[in-house]
Amino acid sequence: MSTQALLGQLLVGLINGSFYAMLSLGLALIFGLLGIVNIAQGAFYMLGAFTSWMLLRWVGIGYFGALILVPLIVGLFGAIVEKVLLTRVYKLDHMYGLLLTFGLMMFIQGTYIYFFATAGRPYPVPPELAGGSNLGFMFLPKYRAWIVIASVVLCCATWFAIEMTSLGRTLRAATENPRLTRAFGVNVPALMTLSFGVGVALAGAAGVFAAPIYQVSPLMGADLIIVVFAVVVVGGMGSILGSIVTSIILGLLEGLTKVFYPPGSNMVIFVIMIIVLLVKPAGLFGRER
Amino acid sequence: MTDAVLAIDDLQGWYEDSHVLQGVSLDVKKGECVTIIGRNGAGKTTTLRAIMGLLDKRLGSIRVGGTETIKAASETIARLGVGYVPEERGIYASLDVTENLLLPPRVAAGGMSIDEVYLLFPALRERRRSSGTRLSGGEQQMLAIGRVLRTGATLFLLDEATEGLAPVLVHQIGRAIETMKQRGNTLVLVEQNFRFAAKLADRHFVMEHGRIVDVIARADVPAQSGRIRAYLGV
Repeated sequence: MSTQALLGQLLVGLINGSFYAMLSLGLALIFGLLGIVNIAQGAFYMLGAFTSWMLLRWVGIGYFGALILVPLIVGLFGAIVEKVLLTRVYKLDHMYGLLLTFGLMMFIQGTYIYFFATAGRPYPVPPELAGGSNLGFMFLPKYRAWIVIASVVLCCATWFAIEMTSLGRTLRAATENPRLTRAFGVNVPALMTLSFGVGVALAGAAGVFAAPIYQVSPLMGADLIIVVFAVVVVGGMGSILGSIVTSIILGLLEGLTKVFYPPGSNMVIFVIMIIVLLVKPAGLFGRER
Repeated sequence: MTDAVLAIDDLQGWYEDSHVLQGVSLDVKKGECVTIIGRNGAGKTTTLRAIMGLLDKRLGSIRVGGTETIKAASETIARLGVGYVPEERGIYASLDVTENLLLPPRVAAGGMSIDEVYLLFPALRERRRSSGTRLSGGEQQMLAIGRVLRTGATLFLLDEATEGLAPVLVHQIGRAIETMKQRGNTLVLVEQNFRFAAKLADRHFVMEHGRIVDVIARADVPAQSGRIRAYLGV
């Protein structure tokens, strides 16, 4: 076993973990306050990648512009979805939210397949982040390092916003006891719209990061979201910190499996999920409800 | 009735399918301190929850400062200047003491500063970094009261503020309520401890089976003590 192959796979694992983290972070945020299991998170990720592609192709706005605009566009779309659709299922069982977002995912995906077919479209790595450096023991592409750093920054920023700001304080309170929090004069419904918008904007941002390394295709989210859900189940539904930590660990573990037992790499996360569900059903970082 | 800060007329209230409030009518004047007394299950807590818009269904009329709120959302009612101290205290476990105090947004000018709240409840200052649920029952109660003093609310609903507390803490809560009264606030107390309530309140509304059945003014309390004992079933 060469060290080079090992480190190479660990890097791939770290990058996959970064994407799991960005997607599961949004899921945790949404589930925590809204109680909605947002199956459509993968579709919002795809929308993020596609919107970057459209901005570049049709408007001429490049990668860094997309990094700012796309989360706003996707987040706004998410906020509208929340106001128009999700508000109708809050009073019902969790299952209805899951079904609704599942339908939404099929709709978004189907629309994009109709207009763009399923073939992948390339998106160029921005010149500022092209190339890489030889670290001596391995070659590190600059863009991959950038994703890992960006993901860490995004996760830290989200964590900071929730733990240290007054908005985050209100969010934690509303998550814990929405009815009473309203009785203190907090507009919880508006907070829910905001949370869903921010949650899917995170997925949109992940889509921008993904565009240059994966092909931009209508199905790119569907492949990813299944793994992300396994990660979320392992970490504990609704736990922000749990989602981040579990994402990175499972990404790395997946990379390791690819080195030592390649056929197992596609299922290692699901095997862990099954074990965690048997031993600690609320997830590693989740609280029993 | 024009100076009524709170005017409730024929209020009907439901928890799911159970019809708890069956025509509650009462009014509270500005600066007045009233209690709602009665046996367990009479609907006292439910009345306060109804005022805050926390019931599944309610009908009738609840006017807060002249504004009809029967169809209003909880946050709208709170923003009319209503400070609510729930029976279960409602301290947030995921927030520390300071964060709990800072949570309710200011709805009007004239609220206490956080330092004034700490002055009123020095114990809270010592525990200000503790998570909300690691406090003793008394500290939680002080936090629940202190939390709404910041907001600038002028109508306060206190549900069982002295329940389960040691006498020294009951005394401290009593002082806090006195301070609130002196500031010209209007208070509605739900109390099991009638001796405590009698010292503070101007009028007592007696509740039975989801209705107000009697009103006893402060001056009549000594003469009516037999009747009151009968109402409370003690």
